[in-house]
Amino acid sequence: MVDVCFYFQVHQPYRLGQYSVFDTDSQKHYFHTAKNREVLKRVARKSYLPTNKILLGLLKKHPEFKISYSISGVALEQFEEYAPQVLQSFQELNDTGQVEMLSETYYHSLAFLYSKKEFDDQVKLHRDKIRKLFKQRPRVFRNTELIYTTELAHHVQGLGYKGILAEGWDPILGWRSPNFVYRPAGANISLLLKNYRLSDDIAFRFSNQGWKEWPLSCEKYASWVNSINGNGEIVNLFMDYETFGEHQWAQTGIFNFLQKLPEELLNHQDNSFLTPSEVIKKHKPVDEVHVDQPLSWADTDRDISAWLGNSMQHKAAHLLFELEHDVRKLKSKKLLDTWRKLQTSDHLYYMCTKWFGDGDVHTYFSPYDSPYDAFITFMNVLNDFKRRLHLAPMAPIQ
Amino acid sequence: MFGWEFPPSSSGGLGTACYGLTRSLTRLGDDITFVLPRPCPNPSFLQIVSPYVKTKSRVKVVKVDSPITPYMTAEEYNEFVTSSGAKKKYGNLYGKDLFAEVRRFASYAREIALDHEHDVIHAHDWLTYLAGIEAKKASGKPLIAHVHATEFDRTGGNSLNSFVYEIERKGMHAADLVITVSKYTKELVMKHYGVPEHKIRIVHNGALPHQYHFHGYERRAKTVLFLGRLTLQKGPDYFLRAAQRVSELDPEARFVIAGSGDMEPRLQDQAKKLGIADKVEFTGFLRDKKTQEAFRIASLYVMPSVSEPFGITALESLLNGTPVIVSRQSGVAEVISHALKVDFWDITELANKIVNVLQHPELAENLAENGHLQARAQTWNGAAEKCHELYAEVQPW
Repeated sequence: MVDVCFYFQVHQPYRLGQYSVFDTDSQKHYFHTAKNREVLKRVARKSYLPTNKILLGLLKKHPEFKISYSISGVALEQFEEYAPQVLQSFQELNDTGQVEMLSETYYHSLAFLYSKKEFDDQVKLHRDKIRKLFKQRPRVFRNTELIYTTELAHHVQGLGYKGILAEGWDPILGWRSPNFVYRPAGANISLLLKNYRLSDDIAFRFSNQGWKEWPLSCEKYASWVNSINGNGEIVNLFMDYETFGEHQWAQTGIFNFLQKLPEELLNHQDNSFLTPSEVIKKHKPVDEVHVDQPLSWADTDRDISAWLGNSMQHKAAHLLFELEHDVRKLKSKKLLDTWRKLQTSDHLYYMCTKWFGDGDVHTYFSPYDSPYDAFITFMNVLNDFKRRLHLAPMAPIQ
Repeated sequence: MFGWEFPPSSSGGLGTACYGLTRSLTRLGDDITFVLPRPCPNPSFLQIVSPYVKTKSRVKVVKVDSPITPYMTAEEYNEFVTSSGAKKKYGNLYGKDLFAEVRRFASYAREIALDHEHDVIHAHDWLTYLAGIEAKKASGKPLIAHVHATEFDRTGGNSLNSFVYEIERKGMHAADLVITVSKYTKELVMKHYGVPEHKIRIVHNGALPHQYHFHGYERRAKTVLFLGRLTLQKGPDYFLRAAQRVSELDPEARFVIAGSGDMEPRLQDQAKKLGIADKVEFTGFLRDKKTQEAFRIASLYVMPSVSEPFGITALESLLNGTPVIVSRQSGVAEVISHALKVDFWDITELANKIVNVLQHPELAENLAENGHLQARAQTWNGAAEKCHELYAEVQPW
């Protein structure tokens, strides 16, 4: 008996525009509206809309098919602003009742590592947004880039969540399998661990012609999932939603693969689909897992070095969160929102120097020429933002 | 192999390149006869032949601290050889103009080619192309024209010397293969010299890392360095204009212009007019040891070249642990990703980057450390291996 649990991550940052140190004191906007609109529309066309269409068809055809999403608040905002039809198509998916919405930080941030108060605020903002747009109250939490520690699990348990997601990374599991539900050490919520081999077969290797399993057929993939029968209860397939059509282009056959996959999996009578909350209800934790150092789903290191790996990233993040007190004091919605948009983890990711120059995935997703240019632009904006903070009138004492 | 200068009697990138390349090539087992228009002390790994010295076994060392360089324009050369000082100092070592000199060199090439057994003729830059062509006529061996710089780089496309251009074109077309030091130069050679793409191979230059040390980035004073000939090609005027913009925001910043050239008086004047004369130091031409020192002292090296076929100085700076900003119009930008890059004309952007490097030690550190590692990987051995393969490629069998 294998329960397949799909979770898709949907996120788009507000990218910064060109911002020179000579733009300080000018009224120039920090965010590159035209570029953000363009990227969003492109990804919508290539990925979100066609994928949603396929999945809607599948959910209607197979009432036993289930999926889950975590959509960042900044992505939702951009859908509302630039591509309302995308939001609508997610709502249609949600209306099938076979879709679960998960919680995350509204701004897709690293707030948990710097400020619990800020983290809590952003989680609440996101929960409210999900409730408003999808009429759901999320029960399961997933942190930005699947960044996870036992401490985080305890914290979100305190916020009322029943479960949390993380990477099923071998060093934390030892001989154990990710295909069971676990319990974060000392907590009493459930921990769902990504089966990274089967997830990444789709998300990263699907179109890799140098991979010995290429081309990957649905039959072959389903047989791998079926083989878990007898030595696992669940298979957590967690991936970026942009896998479909953006990371793996339509030409690779990814859409045909997706179209046929549920049926192929359902061909095996012991298989079924569950959402994270259903998994938690059905399967009791089999053991405890302790994670001391932050774990993520990124790169081959599975740590947080993609965002906080070099001294530029540390400096940028430190200076940004240092402003929390000043920003809050002013009680300006606009300044608070700007500060939070700067927290989106992508800004730090663009400054990552690991493997830069090897034409790797970091370079592909960055709007900058180099991590150094990312740092320069961010710091110029941050310096100007600081200046604006000090110019802003104090909020009236309430 | 035909060259025009060789260390220690060299004043720029061409001599350094020939030294680095031949040294690594001989390690790969290639026997090289290096032909120079002037005598030069033999390095341990190479036989240097000069047509003006009769004995081959005991090379007579003639001390030439000559300002005649491959970078001089023809006009500058004429001025130089007709000056009385030069006549007294060098006697008849040089022809009455650079072109006569180039022709004279070529006229010896035939004899040398017949005297010295060889399989390939490798000629470096236009000064030696005629020699290369003559050698090819004599021995019938394949010719490789190695393009380190073109008349377009030196003049920025304005007032091209048609004689130089013609020799360059002739050399490239007579050659069996053309080596360019970058993709940037490859495109230029295709566009301006009509060389077909299939004949061109890119071999990026290297640097000699063993000479350098780096123990972490730490700079006290904020010093921004320009180092290169003070000619239009190297963009020192853009450097000064950026320096002024930097000074607006960072009054502590200081600027060093190291090098000599025809623009020096004009630049000093420009610094005054920009109101930054007290922040700019002109050091004049620096010898190798002083050059390395200048790199080590600087917080940042800026290479704002208008057109730079490669730009070995950027590698040298990184090898000395100093971060670099290079113009996008350069070959080195293709091989170093851990550098800041700007279009040479974009002064505001250049100043933006300089200010940030001076302001954020974290930025400078990361650029310096990662760039250093990348520069160390950019070796002459790599370049020599490619040349070695090309020698096989041009063999007639």
